[in-house]
Amino acid sequence: MNAAAAAGEGAGHLTEERRARALELVSLYPHPRSALVPLCHLAQEQDGWLVPAAVEEIAGLVGITPAEVLGTASFYEMLHTEPVGTYVVSVCTNIACMLQGAYELLDHIEQRLGVRPGSTTADGTFTLEDVECIADCGRAPCLAVNHRFVGNVTPESFDRLVDDLVAGRLADDIPAHGTLVRVRRRGGLAVDDDTVWAEREAMAQRLAAAAAEGQS
Amino acid sequence: MTVTDAPRIVTARLGQEGSHTLERYLAAGGYEGLRKALAMRPDEVAAEVDAVSLLGRGGAGFPAGRKWSMLRKAPTTYLVVNGDESEPATFKDHLLLEGDPHQLIEGVVIAAYAIQAARAFIYVRGEFALGLERVQAALNEAYEHGAVGRDIFGSGFSIDIVVHPGAGAYICGEETALLESLEGKRGFPRIKPPYFPAAVGLYGEPTVVNNVETLSNLPWVLVHGSGAFTALGAGRSTGTRLFALAGHVANPGVYEVEMVKTTFRDLVYDDALGGGIPGGRGLKALIPGGVSAPWFGPEHLDLPLGQDEVGEAGSMLGSGSVVVMDDTTCVVRAAWRITRFFWRESCGQCTPCREGSGWLEKVLRRIEEGAGRESDVDLLMDLCDNLAPGVSWPPQQTTICVLGPSIPSSIASAVRMFRDDFLVHVKEGGCPHG
Repeated sequence: MNAAAAAGEGAGHLTEERRARALELVSLYPHPRSALVPLCHLAQEQDGWLVPAAVEEIAGLVGITPAEVLGTASFYEMLHTEPVGTYVVSVCTNIACMLQGAYELLDHIEQRLGVRPGSTTADGTFTLEDVECIADCGRAPCLAVNHRFVGNVTPESFDRLVDDLVAGRLADDIPAHGTLVRVRRRGGLAVDDDTVWAEREAMAQRLAAAAAEGQS
Repeated sequence: MTVTDAPRIVTARLGQEGSHTLERYLAAGGYEGLRKALAMRPDEVAAEVDAVSLLGRGGAGFPAGRKWSMLRKAPTTYLVVNGDESEPATFKDHLLLEGDPHQLIEGVVIAAYAIQAARAFIYVRGEFALGLERVQAALNEAYEHGAVGRDIFGSGFSIDIVVHPGAGAYICGEETALLESLEGKRGFPRIKPPYFPAAVGLYGEPTVVNNVETLSNLPWVLVHGSGAFTALGAGRSTGTRLFALAGHVANPGVYEVEMVKTTFRDLVYDDALGGGIPGGRGLKALIPGGVSAPWFGPEHLDLPLGQDEVGEAGSMLGSGSVVVMDDTTCVVRAAWRITRFFWRESCGQCTPCREGSGWLEKVLRRIEEGAGRESDVDLLMDLCDNLAPGVSWPPQQTTICVLGPSIPSSIASAVRMFRDDFLVHVKEGGCPHG
């Protein structure tokens, strides 16, 4: 672990439970910075978006500056540096969906939600975005709500979806924005580097011996 | 589901209840390939895979065995799985990740053993929330089963696998961008040379990057042997391959078919596959291999689905996606939408791509919206020439990665095949299709 993380620099924003998960994430990689994107997802799970205090805490965890965290996070579509709604509705308009009427569907969705892509409803419930292919083209036109896929969408089925979301009927299937993976890694790393090193070294010698035997 | 009697290699369990669980995987003979591999020497496993001519299923089609053999000798090497499937209309790895994660994990451990990797990372596109959950759950089961982790099945081989979520960036499918992303940076493709991560990869160490479908073939290859695999297909294109079929077809979906022995016509029209174009309409064009690929017309329908066959015909099988456009399709709009995609996803490092994609998008949009000029058609081709001199196939490179020089593919195809459609847009002040 890097010195800044060990000293708890920037700590205090993530809940105790998430802080523990954050430290576990950092430990999964040979270099702490690799945990940056997973940590951003973790922060979004707590706040829905990357609040400045979370950015500072992540910087401390991986040993870089908050500006470097933001500079990296801003490259990625799924990481939000401004607040978003509880439900981020991502409508695919790429070629496969377009051929199945995605833009006509998007017109309807804009009307139903009363916002254009890139904006959030006044009550903070929905953020609408038009996105590139989300790889569910067998069910075009498709969309995702908080990255949970919904296929073969019609104006009518979209209206029902909105009603169900607002009424809380889909809470089990579609968590609030930011929650990406609800399955926890069990056990962390099972093998330490020294064990792996010794095994590889032994195998290398075995292979060299086999090669020498093959030549003789 | 194949038109030949080839077995289903990677989709055998897809669609079955609980196909993602360890219980179902073991009931179907799961992890037997890994047991077999661990009883062999790593170089023997690598030789077996090299013998099957397993062309990479991600897009570039580079043989997996060759990729492994190029690894620079070093104490630490890594295996990275490319599960960042983002090429528009490609949705096959998505199904494999959600539907059969144990098959992938088994393939990963086999590959890691063959190349003696120190650790493996499965990079999964961030948008695949369910896929990420399924792979993580399967990995937890695999650790408990002894198929991953310390002393796997008592063989003395140990390895850890880390599931890593992306966060939304098409370019991270490019393997050097993926490695940058995995290092916690922006997904900027790396300057070449070195051309292959096998020399300088993750954290500067030798690294093999293999696609999800590629690795998912390994358990079957180990169980049935390389001979059974090479008995399928022809030439360099052996085995089966997944094709994601979308657009104007009756049955869009992912189909596993025998390579070379199956044609585009089979894929689009066979009742067991695409089922034809709805409404009895004709075929205007199809996009083989993802939107980076030049288009084909009806005259190419009988072309076999083989890497070299399609390459010699002037396009590529690429990512294994096929988009069908019927005779009512506005090709100007199609080319515009694909170009808009590239413009949004360009990482911005190289001028031809960053600027070229934007200008092409603007010119195409004004033609589609009715404000185009007759000279715009030649202007498009001139801009394409700046991105990929000669606008030939495969494209001449002007940039760090292949994204930029791929942009002209759809535009040049649309202009060359349907120039009149562009001129009608200009003369009639908009799209005749409405």
